[in-house]
Amino acid sequence: MSDDHVYLSLAEGHEDDTRWAYGTGFEDPLHGVDTTVLEGVAADLLAADCVALADDALVSAQRLAEWTTRAPELEEEVALANIGLDLLGQARLLYARAGQVDGTGRGEDAYAYFRDADDFRNVRLAELPVGDFAFSAVRLLVLSSWRLAHFEELSSHPDPVLAAVAAKGVKELTYHRQYAAEWVVRLGDGTDESHRRTRRAMEQVAPYFGELFTAYDVRDEVVAVLRQVTEAAGLPMPVYRPLTGTGRDGEHTEHLAPLLAELQSVARAHPGATW
Amino acid sequence: MVTAVRDVQRAWHIAEQVPDPELPMLTLADLGVLRGVEVGGDGTVVARLTPTYSGCPAMAEMRADVAARLRDAGYARVEIRTVLDPPWTSDWITPEGRRKLTENGIAPPGAAPRRAAGPVPLVLTPTRRTVACPRCGAADTEETSRFSATSCKALHRCLACREPFEYVKEI
Repeated sequence: MSDDHVYLSLAEGHEDDTRWAYGTGFEDPLHGVDTTVLEGVAADLLAADCVALADDALVSAQRLAEWTTRAPELEEEVALANIGLDLLGQARLLYARAGQVDGTGRGEDAYAYFRDADDFRNVRLAELPVGDFAFSAVRLLVLSSWRLAHFEELSSHPDPVLAAVAAKGVKELTYHRQYAAEWVVRLGDGTDESHRRTRRAMEQVAPYFGELFTAYDVRDEVVAVLRQVTEAAGLPMPVYRPLTGTGRDGEHTEHLAPLLAELQSVARAHPGATW
Repeated sequence: MVTAVRDVQRAWHIAEQVPDPELPMLTLADLGVLRGVEVGGDGTVVARLTPTYSGCPAMAEMRADVAARLRDAGYARVEIRTVLDPPWTSDWITPEGRRKLTENGIAPPGAAPRRAAGPVPLVLTPTRRTVACPRCGAADTEETSRFSATSCKALHRCLACREPFEYVKEI
């Protein structure tokens, strides 16, 4: 154990091991899982669902990571990073599943690092800039409530891999939604300034609601949760209206491309490199 | 046949003693993430691991550690497979694992939440969970953050001895 350099001592004796939580070239996170696509399951639709859900998670995780070193308190920074890490894990499993069923055999890196903004299928709410803490809390409340309701349904999906990923995700998303809901109540029911900002955040996310409820029928559940939280927070319930074009169709705001540029730059500058 | 059974027992014994990289006082068996070990007719060892959280970065290291230990023990062909179903819950941590956590100043989890199928209810009224301080045993503790240095833990503080401590949360 050399004490002179912390990174050297960490690397010592582990040259061949996968030691880190970031980088490229990881072993397939679904290695050894039965990859059969059951009869009656449309492989193209299953792959598209997995990619869309993975893109939501990857883009959300990237936005949450922007709070690292900048959150109001260390505890919140740790919480947001942990939530992002859970989402990143869900994204990896879903990309791996998509690559198995879409016939390309692509690995997770191909999806995360080598597709352009037009190919991403995340909802636009996930890609909006990080904003202030109130906006992040409100967005996390909306996205985690929606994803939780959706995953709860997917846990009985006929594809056993997607069903297992969803069942696992339900447990994690329950914590995410709880965290976001408590913050929205605390901020909405807090000072004049925190109330004003949380109210503004609700107005900012409202135009993107329509996109969430097009493909999946979880609207009633999500609306009920938002009503419960806004009532406790003393905030008006956001009014949503239908939206033209969705991130699910590859139509994005101008904010996604810069996010991906940052996410993908190293992998693209050194294709095939692992780190 | 007897040899084959002994071989499986030996391989299992090696795999189960691998320490968790983030909670090194626990073995993978204590943590409940080792789901099975088999030895094939050609001598290939297949070990099955399940992740605690989807994004747990320790998973890659656990896989590498189990494979390395089995290879060091003379098994030339080792395969580590991922098992996702049923999902891991904190109930899989063994009584021995819970004892070791407490001994090391980390409060073990209570019973994992059980719920009926259907929408997951959101509870906004503060739920006061009794987590005893792993240092002094006092029940008077409070949560300071539901998230901590690893996905699986929360931060608490003892109001009796004033020490902060970590707590493996129920999932």
